[in-house]
Amino acid sequence: MKKITGAQAFIEALRCEGVKHVFGYPGGAVLDIFDVIMDAHDIMFVLTRHEQGAVHAADGYARASGKVGVALVTSGPGATNTVTGIATAFMDSIPVVVFSGQVSTSLIGNDAFQEADTVGITRPCTKHNYLVKDVEDLPRIIKEAFYIASTGRPGPVLVDIPKDVMRGLVQFRYPEKVHLEGYCPTYRGHRGQIKRILSTILKSRHPVIYAGGGVILSNASAELTRLARLLNIPVTTTLMGLGGFPADDPLWLGMLGMHGTYAANMAVTETDCLIAIGARFDDRVTGKVDEFAPRARIIHIDIDPTSISKNVQVHLPVVGDCGNVMRDMLEELSGMEREIEDLKRTVRPWIERLEEWKRDKPLRYDKGTGIKPQYVIEKIRELAPEDAIISTEVGQNQMWTAQYYKFNAPRLFLTSGGLGTMGYGFPAAIGAQVAFPGRTVIDIAGDGSIQMNIQELATAVQYRLPVKVMIINNGYLGMVRQWQSLFYKGRYSHTSMAVSPDFVKLAEAYGAHGIRVEDPGDVEDAVRKALSMEGCVFVDFKVEPEEDVYPMVPAGAPINNMLLV
Amino acid sequence: MNERHAISILVDNQAGVLSRVVGLFSGRGFNIESLSVAPTLDPTKSKMVITTTGNEQVLEQIKKQLNKLINVIKVVDFVDKDYVEREMILVKVKAKEQTRAEVLRISDIFRARVVDVSPVSYTLALTGDQGKLRAFIELLTPMGIIDFVRTGTIVMEREMQSRKRSDQ
Repeated sequence: MKKITGAQAFIEALRCEGVKHVFGYPGGAVLDIFDVIMDAHDIMFVLTRHEQGAVHAADGYARASGKVGVALVTSGPGATNTVTGIATAFMDSIPVVVFSGQVSTSLIGNDAFQEADTVGITRPCTKHNYLVKDVEDLPRIIKEAFYIASTGRPGPVLVDIPKDVMRGLVQFRYPEKVHLEGYCPTYRGHRGQIKRILSTILKSRHPVIYAGGGVILSNASAELTRLARLLNIPVTTTLMGLGGFPADDPLWLGMLGMHGTYAANMAVTETDCLIAIGARFDDRVTGKVDEFAPRARIIHIDIDPTSISKNVQVHLPVVGDCGNVMRDMLEELSGMEREIEDLKRTVRPWIERLEEWKRDKPLRYDKGTGIKPQYVIEKIRELAPEDAIISTEVGQNQMWTAQYYKFNAPRLFLTSGGLGTMGYGFPAAIGAQVAFPGRTVIDIAGDGSIQMNIQELATAVQYRLPVKVMIINNGYLGMVRQWQSLFYKGRYSHTSMAVSPDFVKLAEAYGAHGIRVEDPGDVEDAVRKALSMEGCVFVDFKVEPEEDVYPMVPAGAPINNMLLV
Repeated sequence: MNERHAISILVDNQAGVLSRVVGLFSGRGFNIESLSVAPTLDPTKSKMVITTTGNEQVLEQIKKQLNKLINVIKVVDFVDKDYVEREMILVKVKAKEQTRAEVLRISDIFRARVVDVSPVSYTLALTGDQGKLRAFIELLTPMGIIDFVRTGTIVMEREMQSRKRSDQ
């Protein structure tokens, strides 16, 4: 068999993994790979304008499509620029593989030009990472990288490839299987434990399901919906779980946590049986941990054993893929019609109470004279196609979207939940648009966040990606200003974006379109127009500057302690 | 309650694995009291023994996180087990005319070995558990310790278990 270079082997390995899209940025240490990628016409390379954008795009691509996102960058600054993107994917368990160039092995450790200890820097924010020291290992390592990124609890994997490894010769053989003695995720839940959780659920009076991003990652929203409807159990989800259960279902309570709905937070506080599925009891969800679900038996289904009893002591854990576990639960329930009927009867008063909470304390905002951000989001929801993919930046724009954009299906909502990365939404939308060129992709942004990766406008224009960016422009870092208003005596220290670009002209300068909206009466037309226009559009909504996100639970308070509008 | 834990970790014998393991401790502000690492009979794997002190919940989390590392094959916490433990020290003690005999006598009592001799010093090697080593050092301190080095703890489970906590 003919030997090929490491760079060629890299491309062959991507082909073996079925990779069709790579996001990245070239540089000295990866020139050999770029030289090969130029002729690989079956792989579309998307040149972002910053390496952080490349990783967010790969991440958005992965969240929207369920496939592994791939990014390729150079050594040193190229690699360090990916760190925020990698940490974002790590916190939200998104399967991404990042390939970075590295200086030649003989130079490693010598402070060579554009050298950084990439493996050392990314060790705490990757699921695993590799420095390839021998070209012979390259195919195996790439195989392992994709396997590790996409299995178990998914996450980012980085592969650092020195220049001499790219140039070395290897007889390419792609391994069919991986052999990792220390890595064997548990996919099947313990059947006895599944029976025990069912008997706890069937004996409960006030059950509630608290589902997280794990439901979406394991493609288990159908199972969740069936299970909840079969047992008549109300459902709340985390930010990451939105879309995992249809928001138009009567059992839907809305999101829980710091900016959760009254009904969801009260349900979790009053429940006697909390069923956590693919969620990790994040502090933004639990509020004061000691007073979280104080009356409940807590059931926790999660593929990651480290999530169990990490923040909140769990009574009945099941380690396994939540789709598998719910399928097993449904199977066990198939012969239990009588018990199910009993449960449905028992929970009726509970459901009625929740209905009352939903009716009495719904999400609401005062209609003012200016443009209300919540109204903009309601209009986008109304006018965008049902399968539109929505990304957000971080802050108020993100929370209003979570509250007011009622997601009915999974993989439509891309947001940086764990790390809370401003600047995520726009490149993530670009990634999603690459995965689904025919669908509507919208980034709901803030005027602060959008400026953190605004350079990706060039990417959107270059590849004719018709991403619609709806800027909720209040002239502030709104969420931080809200905290200052509530907890720092209204001292707005450096949260005013006193100078921002003219977003309309800026979009036009890049060859995209810009629309400015200053009157509430023009919102609908502007959204309609933006959605119907070809190409990338920025819509600059000049909203009321000091609108706050409610409900809000002050950090560290119990979650039934909500500030309402 | 903070208890001393000896944790043995079977890992792939590869560059970077030690820092992955150690990072889990340092990332949580946990101090590693002692550490020993060496290849096993199978040269592709290494065994680490880490001793640390900490609260049960945090250690439980660390053990789970260790298990989650791709290069970690097996984690055993010896806190609930009967085990033998050994450390080794090398200690260079002043040996003046009036103390030479005393140093050797103490050394004999503890079955330490003299591994280097000079006109003014002895270097002694001793293995044992922590208590024995502590006593030895206490007795030698008045003689004047010139240099001292100590390995990490190594542990092995006893074949006959007498105080398994699960039996209680």
